[in-house]
Amino acid sequence: MNILVCISQVPDTTTKVQVASDGISIDRTGVKFILNPYDEFALEEGLQLREKFGGTVTALTVGGETFKEILRTALAMGADKAILIKDEHKNDSYSVAFQISEIAKTMNPDVLMLGRQSIDYDSFAMAPMLAELLGLPSISMVSSLTIDGNLITAERDIEGGKEVLESSLPCVISAQKGLNNPRYPKLPDIMKAKSKPIEEIPSLSTDARISTMAMQLPISKRIGKVSGDSESEISDIVLALHEEAKVI
Amino acid sequence: MKHIIVFLEPKDEHSLKRTSYEAITAAKQTGADITGFAVSGTETALQSAAEYGLQKVVLAQHPLLDNYSSTAVAEALSQFASSVQADTIFISANATGKEIAPRISIKLHAGFIPDCNELSNDSAMRPVFAGKAKVHVKSNTPITVYSLRPNVFTAKSNPSAGVSISSFSPNLDESHAKVKVVSILKNEGHLDVSEADIIVSGGRGLKGPEHFTLIENLAATLGAAVGASRAVVDAGWRPHSEQVGQTGKTVSPSLYIACGISGAVQHLAGMSSSKFILAINKDKEAPIFKVADYGIVGDVFEVLPVLNQKLKALLGK
Ligand SMILES: Cc1cc2nc3c(=O)[nH]c(=O)nc-3n(C[C@H](O)[C@H](O)[C@H](O)COP(=O)(O)OP(=O)(O)OC[C@H]3O[C@@H](n4cnc5c(N)ncnc54)[C@H](O)[C@@H]3O)c2cc1C
Ligand SMILES: Nc1ncnc2c1ncn2[C@@H]1O[C@H](COP(=O)(O)O)[C@@H](O)[C@H]1O
Repeated sequence: MNILVCISQVPDTTTKVQVASDGISIDRTGVKFILNPYDEFALEEGLQLREKFGGTVTALTVGGETFKEILRTALAMGADKAILIKDEHKNDSYSVAFQISEIAKTMNPDVLMLGRQSIDYDSFAMAPMLAELLGLPSISMVSSLTIDGNLITAERDIEGGKEVLESSLPCVISAQKGLNNPRYPKLPDIMKAKSKPIEEIPSLSTDARISTMAMQLPISKRIGKVSGDSESEISDIVLALHEEAKVI
Repeated sequence: MKHIIVFLEPKDEHSLKRTSYEAITAAKQTGADITGFAVSGTETALQSAAEYGLQKVVLAQHPLLDNYSSTAVAEALSQFASSVQADTIFISANATGKEIAPRISIKLHAGFIPDCNELSNDSAMRPVFAGKAKVHVKSNTPITVYSLRPNVFTAKSNPSAGVSISSFSPNLDESHAKVKVVSILKNEGHLDVSEADIIVSGGRGLKGPEHFTLIENLAATLGAAVGASRAVVDAGWRPHSEQVGQTGKTVSPSLYIACGISGAVQHLAGMSSSKFILAINKDKEAPIFKVADYGIVGDVFEVLPVLNQKLKALLGK
């Protein structure tokens, strides 16, 4: 089975976000960058599929030089190959999806694994976009996956329940928490990954279909009324919810 | 935005999903020509859109749309949008929308602005970095697909005389329906956090799964959904479907009540865009108070029963 896993590098969740001097992106100074948490589920699933069906796992990312770090993590976890499409700009979801699709066309993967969202721009866009560019089916936010011959059965959370879906290979899947428990790379594998090759491909430029005009920090509009737990104070809060906030 | 297509999803025989009414309200505010587009729904459910000012609905009909397939729906909507030369598509950023909106944007060579929480002409604001920042985004294409964050655009009653329903026959073949929903497992009897107007969430401060009756009782009084922090989901006290936060669900109800939840950034990521937040925590330094509108510093075991009783009195229950 030929498995392509698309991964992304994002600021650590605990990052304090500051706007950079360009006014449209975050200030990267002092920010710790990590492998997008959902992409760990995507990678793990790719590795488990290879363990079950044989084949190769290729980790692919579109990004700048620092994105090699996450490719090293993928190699340490067990990916066979790593590819960097070198694009320092990463204009918009479309341009990333387009570049991945062009490389994917040359590889004919059976399964393309992605995360449900990257936790920087929270777009939830890549899996369906990529699938559409490749003319493939896709299932987003999958929490359970089985493949039997050509048949894929997957479950995903929807509002108020779960959906069970069927599709066929080749297919694009985006991973949700609960799909598996990602393995931790072992120290010797981390060391070995350092000397494994990373294939670099120059950016295939596309026009961005959307542009960021400005980035702002949300202004806190919270009332911030904190009180004690006496009965009268609780009554006051109930009254405020009713009369001030008008939510009950 | 001259001609907006709003994707409509039925909830049951009588009504559409609230997110559909929200999208209609958002579209109405732009002053554009609006057409609702649905692939299923009874006459009554589609007519209910009149309450929010919609006048036109197109119902796509094709055997391949009888079984829900995201790819077939995306194709049908794109064909319709092209046939009427719409320049704007509104789709809720719910589980369905997250699958079809990006696909439609590719089919129509359109810019895609996901998860918008404010709209203006040809641009939108959207939260990024789990709500720690927001960006103003503009589309560079003649057609734009917007997905709208649920529970942000309040659906406003604005009745029209009625909805005229016409049908549309898309050109579909098996290649458009390679993924199919084969069944839906409903969380029976539970209101889901992603659909609820009020959420009562419990964290590790509840000390054990048996004490979640305190949360459930309060939720019952308010007609609210029960939510949970990851700590209690990981401990197996509550089902994964209730988890709010970065790895769980993103919610923006009118009221979020956090009980015995510390307010870790990953939890805030899922709920900080709630309209009002009430936090109950015995530690007055807990980070949850930094995002709260109202806070009660106290023990959940003492506060929740009193709070429930006061609310019952107010609501006459
Ligand atoms: C990659 C990643 C993703 C994550 N995703 C999520 C996510 O999606 N959602 C999420 O929630 N977390 C997530 N987390 C975990 C998060 O960091 C916290 O560990 C978690 O939210 C803590 O849950 P909690 O507030 O219930 O527990 P705690 O942090 O243990 O807080 C319990 C709180 O209860 C209070 N308390 C105790 N007893 C009482 C009492 N009797 N009365 C009143 N208050 C009391 C305490 O003062 C404390 O503030 C994630 C973490 C990582 C690393
Ligand atoms: N720059 C990138 N390179 C490769 N894959 C990416 C990139 N950005 C996002 N992805 C993949 O797309 C998924 C969803 O991202 P998004 O649509 O940006 O929220 C991520 O979990 C990754 O699997």
